[in-house]
Amino acid sequence: MANSDTHVSRRDVLRDGLQMAALLGVGGLGGYLLGKQGRRDLLLWQIDPYKCIACGNCATHCVLQDSAVKCVNSFPMCGYCDLCTGYFPPEPAALNTAAENQLCPTGAIVRRAVEEPYYEYTIDEDLCIACGKCVVGCAAFGNASLYLQVRHDRCLNCHECSIAVACPSQAFVRVPASQPYLFKHRIRPA
Amino acid sequence: MQLLDSQPWSRCRPTEGESLRALPSGAAERGGREAGGDASRFRIQRPRASLWAVVIIPALAALLLPGGSVSGEERFPPPDFTYHKMPETPAPAPDSPLWDLIDTAALFAALMVATYLALSRRSRNGLLILAGLSLLWFGFQREGCVCPIGAIQDVAEAACNVHRAVPITVILFFTAPIIFALFFGRAFCAAVCPLGAIQELMAIRPQHIPLWLEHALGILPWVYLGLAVLYAATGTAYVICEYDPFVAFFRRSGATSMLIFGACLLVIGIFIGRPYCRFLCPYGAILGLVSKLARWHVRIPPTHCIRCRLCEDACPYGAIVAPPAPLSPGERRKARRRLVLFLAAVPVWIVVGAIVGRMGHATLARMDYQVRLAGWIANEREIDPNNKYALDAVRAFENTGESAQKVFAAAAQRLDTFRFGSTLLGAWIGLVIGLKLVQLCTRTPRDDYHPDPRRCVACGRCFWYCPEERVRRGWITSVESVMPQGTAVAWTTPQTPSSKTA
Ligand code: SF4
Ligand code: SF4
Ligand code: SF4
Ligand code: SF4
Ligand code: SF4
Repeated sequence: MANSDTHVSRRDVLRDGLQMAALLGVGGLGGYLLGKQGRRDLLLWQIDPYKCIACGNCATHCVLQDSAVKCVNSFPMCGYCDLCTGYFPPEPAALNTAAENQLCPTGAIVRRAVEEPYYEYTIDEDLCIACGKCVVGCAAFGNASLYLQVRHDRCLNCHECSIAVACPSQAFVRVPASQPYLFKHRIRPA
Repeated sequence: MQLLDSQPWSRCRPTEGESLRALPSGAAERGGREAGGDASRFRIQRPRASLWAVVIIPALAALLLPGGSVSGEERFPPPDFTYHKMPETPAPAPDSPLWDLIDTAALFAALMVATYLALSRRSRNGLLILAGLSLLWFGFQREGCVCPIGAIQDVAEAACNVHRAVPITVILFFTAPIIFALFFGRAFCAAVCPLGAIQELMAIRPQHIPLWLEHALGILPWVYLGLAVLYAATGTAYVICEYDPFVAFFRRSGATSMLIFGACLLVIGIFIGRPYCRFLCPYGAILGLVSKLARWHVRIPPTHCIRCRLCEDACPYGAIVAPPAPLSPGERRKARRRLVLFLAAVPVWIVVGAIVGRMGHATLARMDYQVRLAGWIANEREIDPNNKYALDAVRAFENTGESAQKVFAAAAQRLDTFRFGSTLLGAWIGLVIGLKLVQLCTRTPRDDYHPDPRRCVACGRCFWYCPEERVRRGWITSVESVMPQGTAVAWTTPQTPSSKTA
């Protein structure tokens, strides 16, 4: 009996020692990470518009039925063109401003005459499906002021964004929550 | 990463000069969606028509060829408005960081309640209710993305990459369940983890699986852990999250393949309790290991085990271990010899694993974007025309205007990293197999039925099987009423039940 008691207590001592070691290990790891230099904001997903090729995966690969990615217009970059090639199909033969002649499959781009002869294009985000057709059109013949961004009121901030996995241009990057958008500049940053 | 000014328009003043606005077209404006779309609102600039043709035909040609860029250039200087005010690009804010604090507080509270329910109240019903609440909150409300299982990857990446750090909430989420497990067992798995909770609720008709299969499949979580750490530490992917089976349910939306995978696991989970927890979850493996050291682990009897064997088959997760039968000296010698042999084999397993891992590094590296891209650039002509991803990736690479040499160099570097990482991964898997074999031939001398802390998720199902527990609850007056003579394990010498293992 006495023999088995010492046996058990030896086990207990060993266990306590290991427990302390494990606690120190976990604490040390936590402390190291806490003390680590660098950005400690939560990270969110965003699209680098200078990498994105508007391949269309953003429309189909988001875990949300209605993709969290939407098109945005950078108003200071926009040419406010009448014949917007993001709004109308960029085909020279068919290029006209007929109402039914829209590029966007869902009619998400709202065209509004502002100062003559300019037209302002805004996106109805409830309609936009992030197919990127307008992005390609605008970049091909316009100022490339239309581009895709993750909208943080919709995005669930998946730990591994399914679009990022499917993005062929590695345009999905993690940005700190304090600066959640990568808006386009009129002057392209170096 | 390059961070851009979040308010670019503040720096951008429209340039002076002639603005080329209305693109000429022969067609009359037939009124679009624009407010007040009368024809006078736009100008027909005939002389520009030729310019338009000059611009558009090469541009169209460029579009039709692969390599179209969408970054673009400024072709039409933005106008100087006199009265119109340019709107700002809307920038809806992300969730308030307050949510993370609330989640962390909820995690701590739930861990404490789960510990109390499992160890002190010994209430299966309480644990079930808490599991349901956790499922609703962490699962369906917070959509399963505040998660220590996934945090393994953040921690691994931050530990291995000088440029990455993690916010304090992630550190707390990762460490709190481990520290609880270190003292009280897997309270997190019992009723806090939403993935565990959904499987716990599905385990309606759990069947036992053979012990050898249980042990063999039990290696998988460690392999998965190694893989996840390798891919996270190299910054390749977060595989745990990519293949999280239940998150699609929590969001009620997701990729079909993952929904099917999750549904399969749930259906399997009706008959084989908690399949993800037992045979895949890497965090559960860590928690199980540290639970081994827990001083106050879940016990089946509230006081002492009378070896009635009533709980023997109670655990749907095969966690209940019977007291080992005493060995004859001959068997003991044989067992000892086997232990020595298996201990000696551990380094061999490690070396073999490392070699195999090193050989497989190219396969593992195929997950890496740079490596894949380099492959596609190198065989551009042989890309499967149906592989849209590859075609798009090459097009995106051409847009960047970078040289292929740079990509090749980067890919070669990634391959080197993977060669090192895969060797470590292989060694790790070898170590896991070796130690598993060692573990299989060790025996802990105990004289009670007890849950193996590694496998017990503290679900509380076994409590009610124990007559001692029934006495404690006042359901029966004495143990003898449910334990007919002779049901106790016969091979132990009759003695006063020992409470030293308590
Ligand atoms: S998947 Fe990538 S390249 Fe394609 S549209 Fe989305 S961000 Fe752009
Ligand atoms: S064309 Fe596609 S990306 Fe552009 S606004 Fe319409 S739906 Fe959105
Ligand atoms: S993080 Fe999730 S919700 Fe957000 S864009 Fe990616 S897949 Fe969609
Ligand atoms: S084993 Fe993993 S999935 Fe299961 S309850 Fe524990 S942490 Fe959650
Ligand atoms: S508490 Fe542990 S040993 Fe008991 S049934 Fe649950 S998992 Fe099995």
